Amino acid sequence: MPGGRWLAGPRKDEPVPRLTASRLTKSFDGATAVDAVSFSIPDGAFLALLGPSGCGKTTLLRMIAGLEVPDAGTLAFDGTIVAGPGVLLPPEARRLGMVFQSYALWPNMSVRGNIEFGLKVQKLSAEARRRRIAEVLEVVGLTGLEARRPHELSGGQRQRVALARSLAMRPGLILLDEPLANLDAHLRETMLAEFRRIHSASGATFVFVTHDQEEAMAVATHVAVMSRGRLEQVGTPEELYRRPASEMVARFIGRGRTLAVEVLASGEGRCRINLAGTVLAFEGSAPVGPGWLCLHASDLAARGEGGHLRGRVLNQIFQHGAFMTQLVPIGIDVETISLALPERVAPGALVEIALRGGWVIARDAAPSAGLAARYLHA
Amino acid sequence: MALATTGGGLGGSLGGGERVLAGLTAAYVLFTTFWPLAELFSAALAPGEDGTVLGVMRETLASRATGRALWGSLATSGLSVLISAGLGIALAFAVSLFRLRSRAILTFLILMPLIVPSQTMALAWIELFGAGSPLLAPLGLAPAAGTTNPLYSAGGIALVMGVEHMPLVFIATRAALRTLPADLIEAARILGIPPHRIGAGIILPVILPSAVAGGLLAFTAAIGNFGVPALLGIPGRVSVLTTLIYQRLNGFGPAAAGQVAVLAMLMTAIAAGALILRGLVLARLAVPLPAGRPFEPTRRAPLVETVLWLVVLAISIAPLVALVMTALLPAIGVPFGLERVSLDPFSRVLANDAVRRAFANSLFLAVGCALVSVIVAVPFAYLTRHHRTLLVRAIDVAVEAPWVVPGTVVALGMILAFLPPLPLVGISLYGTMAILMVAYLARFLPLVLRPVTAAAAAIDPALDEAGRIVGAGLLRRLGVLFLPGVLPAAVAGAILVVMTAVNELTLSALLWSSGHETIGVMVFALQYEGSSTAAAAVAVLSAAMVFAICALATLLARWLPQGMLPWRD
Ligand SMILES: Nc1ncnc2c1ncn2[C@@H]1O[C@H](COP(=O)(O)OP(=O)(O)OP(=O)(O)O)[C@@H](O)[C@H]1O
Ligand SMILES: [Mg+2]
Repeated sequence: MPGGRWLAGPRKDEPVPRLTASRLTKSFDGATAVDAVSFSIPDGAFLALLGPSGCGKTTLLRMIAGLEVPDAGTLAFDGTIVAGPGVLLPPEARRLGMVFQSYALWPNMSVRGNIEFGLKVQKLSAEARRRRIAEVLEVVGLTGLEARRPHELSGGQRQRVALARSLAMRPGLILLDEPLANLDAHLRETMLAEFRRIHSASGATFVFVTHDQEEAMAVATHVAVMSRGRLEQVGTPEELYRRPASEMVARFIGRGRTLAVEVLASGEGRCRINLAGTVLAFEGSAPVGPGWLCLHASDLAARGEGGHLRGRVLNQIFQHGAFMTQLVPIGIDVETISLALPERVAPGALVEIALRGGWVIARDAAPSAGLAARYLHA
Repeated sequence: MALATTGGGLGGSLGGGERVLAGLTAAYVLFTTFWPLAELFSAALAPGEDGTVLGVMRETLASRATGRALWGSLATSGLSVLISAGLGIALAFAVSLFRLRSRAILTFLILMPLIVPSQTMALAWIELFGAGSPLLAPLGLAPAAGTTNPLYSAGGIALVMGVEHMPLVFIATRAALRTLPADLIEAARILGIPPHRIGAGIILPVILPSAVAGGLLAFTAAIGNFGVPALLGIPGRVSVLTTLIYQRLNGFGPAAAGQVAVLAMLMTAIAAGALILRGLVLARLAVPLPAGRPFEPTRRAPLVETVLWLVVLAISIAPLVALVMTALLPAIGVPFGLERVSLDPFSRVLANDAVRRAFANSLFLAVGCALVSVIVAVPFAYLTRHHRTLLVRAIDVAVEAPWVVPGTVVALGMILAFLPPLPLVGISLYGTMAILMVAYLARFLPLVLRPVTAAAAAIDPALDEAGRIVGAGLLRRLGVLFLPGVLPAAVAGAILVVMTAVNELTLSALLWSSGHETIGVMVFALQYEGSSTAAAAVAVLSAAMVFAICALATLLARWLPQGMLPWRD
């Protein structure tokens, strides 16, 4: 059941969603970059568009901005269609904010000039412009740098100017395309915290493209996972982690692993499964038949004996205070699984593993094999 | 929030304003370039008087005069390329591989034959080698009085064109030498290979494709050259294609249109062949060089420097000095002497109405052409960056045509298109300043467009998109966001246009009319009438004007894109 609660159309008693896409499609020279993507997010949400490189995140974002024309599908802001059959609102008229990956600061203008340009376009009075500029510079913490030119700023400062430029227009929707990609790890963390703060202060809806799931999970209220142009799932970070809707999501989020299982019975949110001869019960709503058991390292624990699974140690690395151990499970067809062990174990040793949790989804025969191979190393 | 509606589903693209701009540019190019060249083609391909298919072409190609002119063009151009290539490659090697104290000034002097207008240079050489040569006569080296000038011959044309186009080879070779990685030479030195073997065995093969490409460019320039064969070949009875077209049109008027159109096609074919060959040489033979620290010459060579000075003295300075000295004498044949020097010739030509009008006309045409070209080039460069539709790409290619084909061909196209009254308006542009302006606009647009599109290509497209996001319309984005990024390139291009157009001769020689003379036409006409002194005075004034523009450009160099001014290293 991909989509979570926001896939469903708005009900009468709920507020109109801020942003709704339905079956948005775009191809370049015959290759489909975005394939029938539908989702909808509420006002004030912070949506992270997550997916591997080339999956169509930027294309989707540019369609929302109006910089790319969809081939099919509709897009609505607050219930008003901005792109659809016979309707196309140009970016100039969409009244949104956008922070580009390259920041796209106008090099011939100072920090003030960059922020002021859009306000002049909106015909604000000089006094109103001055107030707005002071206000947004305060928000992004750049007060005092108004007169600098973009080339006189550090990467993080440019980033903030780009954000201030968008915020000054007071848009209801701000789009950010990998805004942190050019920053070093430390600055990235600082800016993530800033984004969260600015998001709650401004009350605007943010759509944030990233291929870094840590970033997405840390900052977003909603995460949309894309793969090869398709939207795999939209949901809260916990939903994606605990209840992945597809094998791709299960493997992509939190370094998950999937084990092929046979679903024996299903009902009331639980499934009874056969895992390499052992019968177990886990949460999930897969129909009877082939299934995937989705696991994370935290669902696995080593046991002295009597585990649900046995695996041979392949290698270990010391990470976050524990030995992250890669195991080749015995009796099931999966490459490796990993779990944290408290001590070093000789390679080749057998480890008994207990499953403390998991999530069962359906397994279709053909396509998932390809997907599995592709995301093995994701 | 007005909803823009696209017809028929979602297939539409963004930017109505962009489409309007593209349409306007297309109309401009259609009028200034496509129409004249199409008229030329159709005239050349017309049936003969008796209705035979391609009759005009068959007749013209079979005529003896065509054969003579074709042979003359090929022979003088071929010979001139040998001179251009030999001189250009040798000078580029000397300037690049030795540490010279006067490199900047030497480079400028080497480029001077290209900077000084063609007809001025031709005139200068005539004065240098004439019987009354103010430089050679006192040394007893001038030809005897009464004999014809030795330059009035195929060899003379080849020599003067060879020197004039030498900088094209020099620039190409020097550019290649500058990208030569130092370690290539150092590796050879460590192996103990002597310097002359390094030059011949390692450096020459690497830069040869560029030098050959420069040579082919010089060949194209020579095929299209009008000023030199007109001033040297017409009195010397050496016929080449450009002068044959000129003489036919002057003699027979529009009746000769078909014939001269065929001659123009012939020239275009030769020039196009050379340019295609150049592309092949660059694509096939050029060796991709590893990027590396460029070679920096360290060897001082006072002897080489002296030789270089002697060479530029002979090819750049001596002719101009002879020209200036001629212009300072009251009449031809008077031996030069300080007591006889007077500025009379200058005050006389400056008092002449026709000359003053020519200066005013040329300045008006050059500055007007530069301004209009900038106004057309900047929005068009925007389209090539942000709206690369099929139409835009087609225009991008089409605008190059009038610069690539010989000027005579362009001028002919203008006559064929604009001699008949314009449709709707009912007036003819021929015989007015307008036809000159249209011809200049067509021919010189690439000089502005190329640097501006190059600058535009380096601009992050997100800068414009960010402008759209904040709601700025097309004109605002063009003026406030795009223009500042390409302005230096546009200014550089405009300076180049003014420099080239102010002394233009090839187009004006065919398109001028009484009251609408240009400086180039004036020099040519004065010399033709036998007023050498006046011609020299006007030529000197025009050269001085070009040097003034060069100086201005050098002052502005800090703000212009790098590499725009070839004489600045
Ligand atoms: N202008 C374009 N012309 C042709 N193909 C394009 C264009 N823009 C994107 N594509 C193709 O569409 C697909 C999706 O590209 P997109 O830029 O949306 O990916 P992405 O998810 O943003 O990737 P990344 O994380 O690397 O930025 C890619 O296969 C890409 O090659
Ligand atoms: Mg992207």
